[in-house]
Amino acid sequence: MRRLLEALAPFTLITLLLVVWEAGCRITGVPAYFLPPPSAVAVALVTDPQSLIEAAWNTLSVALVALAIASLSALTIAMFVGLSPLLEKAVAPLASTLQVTPVVAIAPLVLIWAGIDHPERAVIALAVLVAFFPIFSGAVTGLKSADPDLERLFDLYGANRLQRVIRLRLPASVPFLLEGHKVGAGLAIIGAVVAEFGAGSGGIRGLAWRILDASNKLQTARMIAALVVLGIMGVALHALLDRLERAGMTWWRGR
Amino acid sequence: MSVAVLDRVEVDYPGRGRALGPFSLNLASGGITALVGPSGCGKSTALRLLAGLEGPTRGTVQRAAGRGETSVVFQAATLAPWLTAEANVALPLELSGMPRAEARAKAVAALGRVGLKGAERARPAQLSGGMAMRASLARALVTEPRLLLLDEPFAALDEITRRTLADDVLDLWAQTRPAIVFVTHNVEEAVYMADRVVVISRGPGTIAGEIRIDAPLPRPAGFRVTATFREASEAVSSLLAKGSEVAA
Repeated sequence: MRRLLEALAPFTLITLLLVVWEAGCRITGVPAYFLPPPSAVAVALVTDPQSLIEAAWNTLSVALVALAIASLSALTIAMFVGLSPLLEKAVAPLASTLQVTPVVAIAPLVLIWAGIDHPERAVIALAVLVAFFPIFSGAVTGLKSADPDLERLFDLYGANRLQRVIRLRLPASVPFLLEGHKVGAGLAIIGAVVAEFGAGSGGIRGLAWRILDASNKLQTARMIAALVVLGIMGVALHALLDRLERAGMTWWRGR
Repeated sequence: MSVAVLDRVEVDYPGRGRALGPFSLNLASGGITALVGPSGCGKSTALRLLAGLEGPTRGTVQRAAGRGETSVVFQAATLAPWLTAEANVALPLELSGMPRAEARAKAVAALGRVGLKGAERARPAQLSGGMAMRASLARALVTEPRLLLLDEPFAALDEITRRTLADDVLDLWAQTRPAIVFVTHNVEEAVYMADRVVVISRGPGTIAGEIRIDAPLPRPAGFRVTATFREASEAVSSLLAKGSEVAA
């Protein structure tokens, strides 16, 4: 009973807020371009769902491609850095500088480099940049996280560097990698949306483009509809990755 | 014949000063030596010197046991959580280049010897503390070492489990007779398991004295209530007390 209540609680709150919002709009008669009622947003959601789904897919696919590239590059670089403490010292300040620079600030530059005809490359590159760091720092931390006594045993057994990385440090870093990918995936979506805004209209017809397009036309209900889809997409992806992380941990720990 | 010799070794740690020494120890092959001392006396440092995991600041270390002939068991089981018990035990063999199938077969046999038959596929998280320690022992024994080093191996276990494990270690020792060195701060455990108890004084560790225990190994039943056991325990305790006084 309590569990059912707990499961229903968020939906009840959402319904309540929607009712208040709808009633507020109707009573005050606020213009639809300023604040459309939820019913208008619902209409915007169901009219032309095809293009909305397409836009969502465009954003999602950019984020997923970016996540894959970020994952591969972060792992590769982290492995080299893990093998050489000197390299780590060399990379660290550069990495943290890039990490704290907001992606919107880099966007115009990357757009120029990608070329006017290929805004999608710029959007992917920017999403990669954002998704890279949580995976990279997770991998660097994870590769150093092996039990020091296990490291000593590897010394004792005369393991070479490759054996040490493949058989000890990489498997030991799995929990950190799972966490890094979960955070990285969420950031990849944010990165993709922000980069789409940076790229402006036309190039990539994702959710951000739809929000910009609707905003230019003062179609506020369409803007909110796109935001709703973006929110649902983010929550679904997060839930999926959370599941994956837990399944991964169960496999790793054997329990 | 000696398996390992520490000759007037001293170990200094930066920022901590002298941890051990001057310290000399000659390990006969097939003997069981206990290093007993208060915490911080450098017993684990001595063990790492014997394992070749660390070098002395001064003095010399001679080790007859070559690569793969020395095994270490730590205070915690130190198993890789992502590997099954069998894969954990096979690891030292696989790292030294033994074909996988052969290594796995030896690992299964070693697990059987420590009483873990049937737990081959279990992950460390599924094993109890005592079982994990047994798996760790199996991993140490699978290479058939000439020198087996145990660093407070039972410290984290309950009294009943540690007593059973002590007997099991002695039975396993009787099969291949490696030289065993183990570190402990438990006087009774030292006297029960070792034929030679070396007492180390409060840090920086030097030898406060040495007691030989003249009784058969593995121990006969009821050894803990014999006069030999009690007298040896008393002797070790008084040496320990004296060793602690010197520095205090």
